[in-house]
Amino acid sequence: MAAISLTNVSKVYANGQVAVRDLTLDITDGELMVLVGPSGSGKSTVVRLIAGLEAASAGRIIIGGRDVTAVAPQHRDLAMVFQNYALYPHKSVRDNLAFGLRVRREPAARIDARVREVAQTLGIEELLDRKPAQLSGGQRQRVALGRAIVREPQAFLLDEPLSNLDPLLRVATRAELALLHRRLGTTMVYVTHDQEEAMTLGSRIAVMRDGAIEQVAAPLTAFERPATSFVARFVGAPAMNLWPAGWSRNGERLALTTSFFTLEVDSAGRRTPEGANVLLGIRPHDIVPGDVGTGDADAQIEVVEPLGASTTIHASLEDGAAELVRIVVPPHESLRAGDRVGLKIRRDRLHLFDAGSGRAL
Amino acid sequence: MTRWSWRWAVVTALIVGAVLFPLYWAIVSSFTPESRLFTAPKLIPAQLILDHYRALFTTRDFWTPIRNSLIVAGATTALAISLGAVCAYALARLQFPGKSLTLAFVLAVAMFPQVSIVSPLYLILRKVGLLDTYPGLVLPYLTFAMPLTIWMLVGYFRQLPFELEEAAALDGAGRLRTLWEVVLPLSAPGIATASILTFLYSWNEFLFALSFALGPESYTVPVAIALFRGQYQVPWGEILAGAVVATGPVALIVLVAQRRIVAGLTAGAVKG
Repeated sequence: MAAISLTNVSKVYANGQVAVRDLTLDITDGELMVLVGPSGSGKSTVVRLIAGLEAASAGRIIIGGRDVTAVAPQHRDLAMVFQNYALYPHKSVRDNLAFGLRVRREPAARIDARVREVAQTLGIEELLDRKPAQLSGGQRQRVALGRAIVREPQAFLLDEPLSNLDPLLRVATRAELALLHRRLGTTMVYVTHDQEEAMTLGSRIAVMRDGAIEQVAAPLTAFERPATSFVARFVGAPAMNLWPAGWSRNGERLALTTSFFTLEVDSAGRRTPEGANVLLGIRPHDIVPGDVGTGDADAQIEVVEPLGASTTIHASLEDGAAELVRIVVPPHESLRAGDRVGLKIRRDRLHLFDAGSGRAL
Repeated sequence: MTRWSWRWAVVTALIVGAVLFPLYWAIVSSFTPESRLFTAPKLIPAQLILDHYRALFTTRDFWTPIRNSLIVAGATTALAISLGAVCAYALARLQFPGKSLTLAFVLAVAMFPQVSIVSPLYLILRKVGLLDTYPGLVLPYLTFAMPLTIWMLVGYFRQLPFELEEAAALDGAGRLRTLWEVVLPLSAPGIATASILTFLYSWNEFLFALSFALGPESYTVPVAIALFRGQYQVPWGEILAGAVVATGPVALIVLVAQRRIVAGLTAGAVKG
């Protein structure tokens, strides 16, 4: 078990492409840190740098107090679960699990006991003599996990381990992973592009974009107080609504004006000057539909998506608007496509971001 | 059958016939008495005899060239594959300066016309005392067989899923261990193909074998067959019998090895 820390780490490929830029991240011992971001954000590169599969162009990587920046992967004592599992196809499940222990010259009796123990934990005892080709996707995933656990490494690295599973199995395995992490108490670094997976699994999540970290925070903190407009849009589903807006003074009160509506708000706590351009963010469930003319703006419902537990509505604030407003309502509201509604926006749930930098205000 | 598949069947039959007919003719002739060989040829032979084969292994001592060829071709194949696999793995997976230049250079070596280096090689081999010995043939063969092996295996190693080697590295295995336990077992089809080609090349090679052998004791099969002809007569029956015997083991090896070249050996390694 070990803490992992990256200090000013960069990765520039030979062709000049910058995958990770000046990244600093401290992962505490026993934590489950989730790196989340869209594809191409550099999250996989970060775990590969930790694993030693890529060499850092700059910066330092420290695992368990040891500087491993220049250490080969086989000497870092980490285990990794790959997206496509990377099981040795010519070895039985038993030999796949035992390989790492055999390489480390553990006594045969201990290897045998350890393999049996891990197989039991994961419920794959009856598969031990099969080859990977004879396993289902879910079973292969388990074997890949077992191969990582069996060695009791300093930390686990998981690179999109669930993305090849079908949705039902993915949710079940996700819960098992959380359970496994709690029981083993080993540091885990988990990469995913799925914000829901990140929210449900992570002790903390690091939201990445263009090779840099936008925010490191507990999942709920990232949801409630996103540090940037990018995090605001990426975390939470459906995504937050964002409008460019400007401040103006209306007598005693301040007003936020977008091209569709004006919100009067209290002046207290607003640090930005008048006339400043901001991004106004409102989560879909902080908008309440009502009768036309009673809300802050009127809108026409374009699409209704009943999801069972809630219903998502996409509405347009003006005819032919390119971007639709996302609204989440309780499941049994009798709203149909084509209806016109008034939208009431909750004043206590506004998110404001600098229009230029995207930083939260 | 559709019109197109009929045409394909006819074309295929013609090609197969063209390829197999000379072999058939050689086999039939090797069982035909010398006196009948030059009379009007018949497709179905009227009389089959074993005289040519009997002569091959009694008066001619054909066992010696067969033994020589087996040793030379076997040693060449074993060395070319084991050394070539290590070279190929380095060229396929390691990053080092001048890699593509090395690969090009390796290929360039194989481009030399053999005949142009026979005399210098002869002088070198005489100097180091390897004329008329097995190493005297195996070493020159290696210089021609290795480039082929290296290029084939580089191509094969490159298309193996790289994650497997990364997984092995994280499991704690070094480069050689990864090569031995992960890469080579998965490359069995590629190695089988490279072995067959190397073996065929060394088994059939004629120029070096003729130039560097000083007496019948060290003739290989092709050399022995070529030197069957006497000053006044060409024993066609025995030459063809020798050719059939020389082709037999090779054909057998290819047929057996073909079963090892099974596609889908890597199935289940990664998704899909």
